[in-house]
Amino acid sequence: MRNTKGLLGTKLGMTQVWDENNKLIPVTVVEVGTNVVTQLRSQEKDGYSAVQIAYGQIDPRKVNKPESGHFKAAGVTPRRYLAEIRTDDAANYEVGQELTAEIFEVGSVVDVVGTSKGKGFAGVMKRHNFQGVSASHGAHRNHRKPGSIGQSSTPGHVFKGKRMAGRMGTDRVTVQNLAIQAVDLERGLILVKGAVPGAKGRIVFVRNAVKGGSK
Amino acid sequence: MSQKLDAVDAASLRSDIPDFRPGDTVKVHVNIIEGTRSRVQIFQGIVLGRQGDGVRETFRVRKLSFQVGVERVFPVHSPVIDKIEIVSRGDVRRAKLYYVRDRVGKRAKIREKREDQ
Repeated sequence: MRNTKGLLGTKLGMTQVWDENNKLIPVTVVEVGTNVVTQLRSQEKDGYSAVQIAYGQIDPRKVNKPESGHFKAAGVTPRRYLAEIRTDDAANYEVGQELTAEIFEVGSVVDVVGTSKGKGFAGVMKRHNFQGVSASHGAHRNHRKPGSIGQSSTPGHVFKGKRMAGRMGTDRVTVQNLAIQAVDLERGLILVKGAVPGAKGRIVFVRNAVKGGSK
Repeated sequence: MSQKLDAVDAASLRSDIPDFRPGDTVKVHVNIIEGTRSRVQIFQGIVLGRQGDGVRETFRVRKLSFQVGVERVFPVHSPVIDKIEIVSRGDVRRAKLYYVRDRVGKRAKIREKREDQ
């Protein structure tokens, strides 16, 4: 295992900044504000080691009894989102501790997990990058069709998992190895180089990169 | 949400850019870094148009270099720009002056705006 650190945040949208070499860098702004530790999992008690964090404003009247009891036990005001981070150094955290953007260094590499934008019912060309059918050469009204989906009487059925048209998007997507361009502690913002899954205003999870990353 | 993004953009915005319009002739002083030395190069020409908004806004300058048309697009708020000098104001009736590309010689000239109007 490893020492994972992460924060929940809101994707605010994309913009651009210039770096010290006057290069234009596309960035996604993620507002992490203040995350709070609500529970610790330990090897002895739970069989694994983890930190539970919470983020986001919510009207306390909207929180149900079991959840408000959970937040009360941690001694914090209720938050909208909860997430658990599997990490070996859970003992270094304490319940009620506040986590801010300062846990990430400028230039370090992170992974961002989010829910992709919904695309509705999409055809095979958009959903699975199929080639489609020729635009000409006698192709008749089947330009965006998948073509054959199997054999004949052997096997006599379409294989399970055959890629076809259907609902696309709204999937959990992880983008790995995005560099941190800047951290704004005053406003609680992280500027991540590149694009991040999901629509503006949606919740995303930022953690230090699982893979080694460059350098 | 977008207001918080504006606050991020505000750090990149420049306030020392003069107000120039399509049709104006401008001198763009460009910082060029060659290894360790840095020098200023001047790109002088007609502003064909401005595009975009906020930190993303760019403008297009056209000049004739050895009878060949050369166009360059600059971000308005780019730190590469040392300064922008306005040489003359043009009197034009379009926001985008792409018609200038098809004209040569006297017809490609843009009338100067009269000050007393």
